[in-house]
Amino acid sequence: MNISLFITCFNDTLYPETGKAVVSILERLGHTVHFPMEQTCCGQMHYNTGYHEEIIPLVERFADQFENAEAVVSPSASCVGMIHEFYPKLAALSGSKVLQDRIDALIPKVHEFTMFLVNELKVEDVGAYYPHRVTYHSTCHSLRSLKIGDAPHRLLRNVKGIELVDLPGALECCGFGGTFALKNADTSAAMLGDKIRHIKETGAEVCTSADNSCLMHIGGALNRQRSGVKTVHMAEILNTTEEGAQV
Amino acid sequence: MKKGSQPTFEETAGRYIENAQLRWNIGHATRTIRDKRQLVVQELDDWEELREAGRQIKQKVMNSLDRYLLQLEKSVIKAGGVVHWATDAEDANRIITKLIKEKKETDVVKVKSITTDEIRLNRALENEGIHALETDLAELIVQLAGDEPSHILVPAIHKNRAEIRELFKDKLNLKELSDEPADLAEAARLYLRKNFLKANVGISGGNFAIAETGTVAVVESEGNGRMCTTLPEALITVLGIEKIVPEWKDLEVFMQLLPRSSTAERMNPYNTFWTGITEGDGPQEFHLVLLDNGRTNVLADETGRQTLHCIRCSACLNVCPVYERTGGHAYHSVYPGPIGAILTPQLRGLDDKSAASLPYASSLCGACYEVCPVKINIPEVLLHLRNRVVLHRKKEGGFRQKTDPVHLAMKFLARAFAKKSRYERLQKMGRTAQWFYEKDGAISNLPGELSKWTSIRDVKPVPDKTFREWWRER
Repeated sequence: MNISLFITCFNDTLYPETGKAVVSILERLGHTVHFPMEQTCCGQMHYNTGYHEEIIPLVERFADQFENAEAVVSPSASCVGMIHEFYPKLAALSGSKVLQDRIDALIPKVHEFTMFLVNELKVEDVGAYYPHRVTYHSTCHSLRSLKIGDAPHRLLRNVKGIELVDLPGALECCGFGGTFALKNADTSAAMLGDKIRHIKETGAEVCTSADNSCLMHIGGALNRQRSGVKTVHMAEILNTTEEGAQV
Repeated sequence: MKKGSQPTFEETAGRYIENAQLRWNIGHATRTIRDKRQLVVQELDDWEELREAGRQIKQKVMNSLDRYLLQLEKSVIKAGGVVHWATDAEDANRIITKLIKEKKETDVVKVKSITTDEIRLNRALENEGIHALETDLAELIVQLAGDEPSHILVPAIHKNRAEIRELFKDKLNLKELSDEPADLAEAARLYLRKNFLKANVGISGGNFAIAETGTVAVVESEGNGRMCTTLPEALITVLGIEKIVPEWKDLEVFMQLLPRSSTAERMNPYNTFWTGITEGDGPQEFHLVLLDNGRTNVLADETGRQTLHCIRCSACLNVCPVYERTGGHAYHSVYPGPIGAILTPQLRGLDDKSAASLPYASSLCGACYEVCPVKINIPEVLLHLRNRVVLHRKKEGGFRQKTDPVHLAMKFLARAFAKKSRYERLQKMGRTAQWFYEKDGAISNLPGELSKWTSIRDVKPVPDKTFREWWRER
């Protein structure tokens, strides 16, 4: 299959290893990965902060880059959620019927990475080996916007050597919420504090999820506290085999 | 209250978050009720169908609210009641004060009603020499303490029983009193009972009003509502215009949705319905005050309109990670939590800085939407209102708006993301600029607005190579 990667601005700039892992896994499974170079950002931060009119050009840009793709895959649950939930609204806001039709046709082809593996490619065992104690943070957008279901768990359960531990209070938000973490810093800190406490309770070495944005938030605090727990995107776990990371 | 004279959410949230006693009280209470709700909701196989039915009934009402209101008025008059129309709080308070004064009463009893809290009825009556006694246990606690409610359904959720014991001993002049809930309830019961029997006027809100018959419904747990609506000679009910349902049979849906979502009960202990007046039985005078107070503005907003579907169950408060940590007072509104964050700004308008800060008091986790019994898409309305706030500020303009760091950053980034060359230049700039802040593989001390991030979190430095640079070289 020809798969176009939407890396997202965030992973492109800060978490290239996640993107490399996605490419490596998809190629290992026999697919061809394409990367349209003109792609930038989905506009989620603007949208969530109330700046809607400003990002209509980004919606158009996304359509330009990906509408001819066979499938679009992205390792970010929140960016995919943004596209599925709010691109139709932004297209409507633009007043262009053409853009609305283009977005409507494109959206069913846009997939979050773990859901794509399990639901579209029907793969649950990617041959990974990861001998660590790991807890999974189910991000709010994975859970409630994308309805990710148990796709990540199916994949993680098939990783050899992994010791998966349930995270207490797993359904609760980590307190990131984009600019919420700055605008309502006190509340965000209180939510993050509880999340960190729960992660430490599990005794895990690694906290993983299908989205680097929550992991940046959680990992930032784990690092500051010198907790000895690291955050790793799921794609990077799935890309580790008995021969090490496959990049 | 002068517009904008209250603090914004972010200005005072920290103060409530730091209060360990408050955090424990609210955390404990919301977790308990949240778990109980989950159990009684799971019992019903058709819960999702019920939610959808509730949503559709409410949508039907909002689409023809003008017609249903006139039908309700006609039905109430036919059943012997009197209908009053109030455009705002002042209007409603004036009508109610006049009615009580005509009866030459100075003491009235009240059923718990958030709509009367919204219009600050008790204060308005007090100014006219009329004392309105709250008869719901939690409302009584709040009233005796001179406090404000902090939850839609459990107004004294921020107080624990030790605090309530001290309050009752002091205000009800009791020498001996334990902190056992049964003893505290008994103390309140004895105090309230004599007032029920004395009162000639009762005041209530209403959970539902049926347009078809003119019937008004109050559902409750303590029986005080039943007393207030049956014992006095005259009953005055204040009802937000959105509380209408078209027909009796619609209650079949809401009487399942509401108790399970609010108190986690299969049925409320007391369900009181009255239709106008009945000769020789109950109040012989019934006044229905229909309150707008900003609701027609909400109705006019296509996306915001669904806010009026709310049946005040408070399930969204109990699952909200923000509410759980700040409690209700941080919202500076009688409607706290997620529903308050969308209702308050729409009722008060965006010139009110405190109200305009509320759509931002959410991490957009979506837990509220998941539990809402009438499927109000709260995150969608929050985002819509954030956009309205931004547009409102842009229209206001001025130096402060133009130099606001968030506004500038958003403009700058929107421009950068719109062109590949600018975007790639920005990536390189980030990598160059960070040398000043990076130490031992982490950034822990960013300036300005970003210091709020690094006060408790490190930032991972931008790696040497972006993904696209790696891809190009591949």
